Amino acid sequence: MPLNPNIHKVLVIGSGPIVIGQAAEFDYAGTQACRALKEEGLEVVLVNSNPATIMTDAAMADHVYIEPLTPEVIRRIIEKEKPDSLLSTLGGQTGLTLSMQLAKEGFLQSHGVALLGANLETIDKAEDRQLFKDAMESIGQPVVPSKVVETVEDAMAFAGEIGYPVIVRPAFTLGGTGGGIAATPEELHEIAQGGLRLSPITQVLIEKCISGWKEIEFEVMRDKNGNAITVCSMENLDPVGVHTGDSIVIAPAVTLADKEYQMLRSAALRIITAMGIEGGCNCQFALNPDSFQYAVIEVNPRVSRSSALASKATGYPIARVAAKIAIGYTLDEIPNEVTGKTCACFEPALDYVVVKFPKWPFDKFVYAKRTLGTQMKATGEVMAIGQTFEEALMKAVRGAEISQNTLRMEALAPLDNKALEEKILACDDQRLFAVYEGLCRGMTVEQIHQLTRIDRWFLEKLQNLRAMEETLSRGPVDEATYRRAKKMGYLDKTIRELSGGEIPFHLPAVYKMVDTCGAEFAAETPYFYAAYDEEDEAAPFIAEKKDGRPVVLVFGSGPIRIGQGIEFDYCSVHCVWALKRAGCQVVIVNNNPETVSTDFNTADRLYFEPLTPEDVLDIIRVEKPMGAVVAFGGQTAIKLTKCLSEHNVPILGTPADSIDAAEDRARFDALLEELGISRPKGDTVFTTEEALAAAGKLGYPVLLRPSYVLGGQNMIIAFSDEDIREYMGIILSHQVENPVLIDKYLMGTELEVDAICDGTDVLIPGIMEHIERAGIHSGDSIAVYPAWNITQKETQRLVDCSTKLALALKTKGLVNIQYVIHEGEVYVIEVNPRSSRTVPYISKVTGVPMVDLATRIMLGHTLKEMGWAGGLVPSSRYGAVKVPVFSFEKLADLDTQLGPEMKSTGEVLGIARTMDEAVYKGLIAAGYRMEKEGGALITVRDSDKGEIASIARLYADLGFALYATEGTARTLREAGLQVETVKKIHEADRNTRTLLESGKVKVIISTSAKGRIPARDSVKIRRKAVELGIPCLTALDTARALAQSLHSRYTEENVELVDIAALFPGGVREDRF
Amino acid sequence: MEEKKFYLLLEDGTVFEGSGYGACDRETVGEVVFTTGMTGYLETLTDPSYFGQIVVQTFPLIGNYGVIPSDFESGSVQPRGYITRQWCQCPSNFRSEGDLDTFFKAQGLPALSGIDTRRLTRILREHGVMNGKLTPKAPPYGEEELEELRRFSIREAVRSVTCREPRRVPAQGEERFRVVLWDFGAKENIVRELAARGCQVTVVPAFTTAKEILAMDPDGVMLSNGPGDPEENHEIIAQLKVLCQARVPFFGICLGHQLLALAHGARTVKLKYGHRGANQPVKELATGRLFITSQNHGYAVRSDTLPREAKLSFVNANDQTCEGVDYTDKPAFSVQFHPEACGGPHDTELLFDRFIAMMEGYRPAGRQEREEK
Repeated sequence: MPLNPNIHKVLVIGSGPIVIGQAAEFDYAGTQACRALKEEGLEVVLVNSNPATIMTDAAMADHVYIEPLTPEVIRRIIEKEKPDSLLSTLGGQTGLTLSMQLAKEGFLQSHGVALLGANLETIDKAEDRQLFKDAMESIGQPVVPSKVVETVEDAMAFAGEIGYPVIVRPAFTLGGTGGGIAATPEELHEIAQGGLRLSPITQVLIEKCISGWKEIEFEVMRDKNGNAITVCSMENLDPVGVHTGDSIVIAPAVTLADKEYQMLRSAALRIITAMGIEGGCNCQFALNPDSFQYAVIEVNPRVSRSSALASKATGYPIARVAAKIAIGYTLDEIPNEVTGKTCACFEPALDYVVVKFPKWPFDKFVYAKRTLGTQMKATGEVMAIGQTFEEALMKAVRGAEISQNTLRMEALAPLDNKALEEKILACDDQRLFAVYEGLCRGMTVEQIHQLTRIDRWFLEKLQNLRAMEETLSRGPVDEATYRRAKKMGYLDKTIRELSGGEIPFHLPAVYKMVDTCGAEFAAETPYFYAAYDEEDEAAPFIAEKKDGRPVVLVFGSGPIRIGQGIEFDYCSVHCVWALKRAGCQVVIVNNNPETVSTDFNTADRLYFEPLTPEDVLDIIRVEKPMGAVVAFGGQTAIKLTKCLSEHNVPILGTPADSIDAAEDRARFDALLEELGISRPKGDTVFTTEEALAAAGKLGYPVLLRPSYVLGGQNMIIAFSDEDIREYMGIILSHQVENPVLIDKYLMGTELEVDAICDGTDVLIPGIMEHIERAGIHSGDSIAVYPAWNITQKETQRLVDCSTKLALALKTKGLVNIQYVIHEGEVYVIEVNPRSSRTVPYISKVTGVPMVDLATRIMLGHTLKEMGWAGGLVPSSRYGAVKVPVFSFEKLADLDTQLGPEMKSTGEVLGIARTMDEAVYKGLIAAGYRMEKEGGALITVRDSDKGEIASIARLYADLGFALYATEGTARTLREAGLQVETVKKIHEADRNTRTLLESGKVKVIISTSAKGRIPARDSVKIRRKAVELGIPCLTALDTARALAQSLHSRYTEENVELVDIAALFPGGVREDRF
Repeated sequence: MEEKKFYLLLEDGTVFEGSGYGACDRETVGEVVFTTGMTGYLETLTDPSYFGQIVVQTFPLIGNYGVIPSDFESGSVQPRGYITRQWCQCPSNFRSEGDLDTFFKAQGLPALSGIDTRRLTRILREHGVMNGKLTPKAPPYGEEELEELRRFSIREAVRSVTCREPRRVPAQGEERFRVVLWDFGAKENIVRELAARGCQVTVVPAFTTAKEILAMDPDGVMLSNGPGDPEENHEIIAQLKVLCQARVPFFGICLGHQLLALAHGARTVKLKYGHRGANQPVKELATGRLFITSQNHGYAVRSDTLPREAKLSFVNANDQTCEGVDYTDKPAFSVQFHPEACGGPHDTELLFDRFIAMMEGYRPAGRQEREEK
């Protein structure tokens, strides 16, 4: 049966801001789904609060709402748009939970909206622990002994029955938030308490811990006729106990004999059938390595991170097929786009293996707890394809951008054997490397297996790598050894380094096609990976496609991390589209499986490869591009510039030298002087001594940061010599090739400009002003477009400076400039002649297709030719407020105090006609509950005491009861406010912590001169706030903005819902000047 | 480990150089075919349908879980040669009893690894099935060697793999039916599936006559899978025609399916490169349902030659070839794919239940009635 005739207009709910556990994979899924629906002629209404996504592009759906994902807002959109159906399974847990709530309360039924993808009963069966257990038992599928409890006492009692260790899994939380493994009653008490609080239905599952079993996943599809298939199996290198999002994963499963494999496959099919899912589903199993005993761990009745991985690993577009099934198609009616000859009812056969490696934020968050468990901590991941496990693993590791080209980690070398063993046991993000170090020191596979329960198969493969490295280290290599090393994934560079000699010759990579069928059918998929093998499939493919169009290479941005998120994928994809429209054949290189850019339909060809010079050069050899674009792939792509220039590959757009001119302190200073633009005084240093001397000269506070970084990585404001020593200690422990920049820190209004320059004209779509004054990273600030607080003269000055800078830096494309206005004077803080984080949302709200224009400029067009001109574009009818979103609850021990180093993982947008309304919408979308009463706990550093009273008064006026620590309380009292003094944690038994636990406090304002170290009192309070889910504001400006917004007349019931697809026809504004 | 150079020569002159393992000191000639199954190499290696063939695994990592005798589908290795990209020297599985190299040496199977198996697969896909030989002898090769390869064909396949003597396998639990399994190269799991459903199974050699089979008074006759060109089996087809006169239930799998069709006057055709793997979708025409099946065949029944009493029941969802036939004039059905799986998906094992139901209809009281007779 084809398309269900009752479906005409479908509401699709996205997954909201990027947080740990819910990242770009849902942009990929949502984008595929929207396309799949639109090509059926259906009207699509999309809602997602995340502006940095492709799916919220005006062209992706008929109606696009970048609105808060709350039940009330969705209800209002349904009332306004009157869709006849709702697709619930493509927006992650967020989309599913919202859909479920609306269905449960009867709203969908009363408004004639059918739930597509999964019905209420299905969702409940998967999400409610008890119902899930019952459902599994009814079809004879074993589950781990477990019990749903709603109190800590019941949790303790059940654990006593089944024995420790036990796993705590809270119901309905993202990425297992709030869960953990408890080995003792004390630990259980703590974890259960946290888990119950975080669960929206105050429910946790206490489960017998089966750590050490193999963890196996299946991605399953089923249609309404009951046809069911498995798309892909995956096996975690890390046994049960580590969240699958934090595990190293191989696809397909490799250590299972056919008997075990088919047992689990059949179980997965039985489960999807019993659950009645129509679409995609993910089944996770634990398998006893010493028997056929297994248990179903979890079932997700929706597309997921794993399904994105499975799609990229096999070429099977799960989200697309799931969307088609949801609107009535059956698997045999959906064609397999890859082969064109077969249908979607088949199971991909791989003739390669895939390794996924997580990207963790611990390089930035040095004090956060690195241990991995049931709660996911990775912000992103890379995938690598190889013909052997060794090759795929090596590619994945070097692609993860963690300064590792092999598994030998320098930082582990100083550990003595005992410490190393402890490190191996600790199970943190470095475990793989610790295991490898152990093998290098002569530990046996068996010893490590006993310690970690990692399957011997994986350990033997690591042993192969170790043996190869040992061979290489014996000196110059012969041809046979060299070939073997290449097949195991070693770079020439690494082979040279290890052997201390030249390689016999350069063995070029060949490219193999990902075709879903192991070459059984002729496929036309433009999807390739590198291998060291005989036959190259790319060259003939390229020759066949040759049609006179120039070939352009676009580099993606690699794994999602803090500071380099989905925005860069948005830009890369738009660049690809613009190049295609401009008549180029576009080749994209990227290694992030979660993204739209690595959908093989996006560019003309996709190379799924690490973004390192050597990996990229071989692609250049086969593709012979006319030029390459690095401006949209963040730092990852920029880093390739040097290598490309050395190999005479033209960089399209801004010349490489301009990036250097903007980053090199001396050159930049000279340029500014020439242009008559000020910047905070500063210096360049390499050592701690130099830094201390420079700080002495500039006067504290000073801003320290490494040059050539993005996202303010390792950036701090130092108030004292001690801060500088601590900082330089950390920074010098990383491999630093570039100097550290030290600047006088100026407090003032921070502004940000994205401009497009063609070498003659400079177009400025808009100026953004940050609510928080300078000192807080731009990515963590609430940014307002258009700027609301600057004079005409200042605006003009900003336009002038931006124009001059863009031209002087010979920008051909995008440039992002950050300013601070300090005592009426405009200072430049930073210039980045490339794409930035703000491009997606500014494009959407201003109607200026920034990436499109920038790309065409790179190809030689001018703004004038394209119908644009220089200068500031008049403000749009609608303003926008970007509010950052954090994942603090996932990262234990991380101080939540905002500063110059970026900490947010994602962002939301509030769009409205007035700033107040936009701020309100932004805050709601970011998850602020906007409670207007209760207690406010205030504890601020001395430098903030001057301003705190006026902010506290705003809260007091709303009816908040004020609590404060001693110094702050004194200040507030002096200002005539009524306040209750609270002792600090170390001062008394009744203290700030017990106050928070009492539930009286609804908002916290906490700033401290010192932070970061988890043992500090202020950090403890802020962590407590995270645990308890109380909003904690660490900047006075944010606190003021929130209070003002609480004072405003806006509510979720009365804010305007803006269809951005209707703002500018085709997403491009016409009233340009 | 010492690497031994080993070569594959195809009849069109293409040469692959890799390293040998197993019994790689000797040469072997066979029909080179590829299978796309990602698990189940042990079942493949012991499946008699691979008689006379050199099997290429498209999945690159083979031997991961070692050698597990209880997973064998027959008593020994069946293909003439084996080709993998990489074989696993340190297998890991709780049931593993050793690695492939040792096993192949003991079984005398020459094996080649370290070649571009995807390139080889693409050649076989484009040219169709080709003969080839695995040899320790380095190139160049003479025209006479290619000529010899081209002349090779699999003959007497069924005779070579069928059992020599009948054997009886008791039912698991209560015996409900007695089935004769006509062994053209039967996979052991057919026996297991029947026995698990309360059938006593008598496995008889391929050259048993219809008269001998009927003398056993079976409740049903199972026609097994097997190797080779189905039309070559004139004698068996003649016996099958006789047997079909009796109204005993039949269930045919793979070669058994083809022979049953041939006995009814249909024809078979050699496919370009066959269906071999664990991911072949078939469509059940009566219901529109799709099933993922395990397959291993180089020939297919031509749907357009089926007589009126033979109704097409399943087709391959990729190329629409015949995957199953229901006979309207007698309690008989057959499928081209492998409901007994091993390796591969178990999605169609319900066909064994259908066979049981057919036997119930034929002789409702099963064993009792027979004993009373």
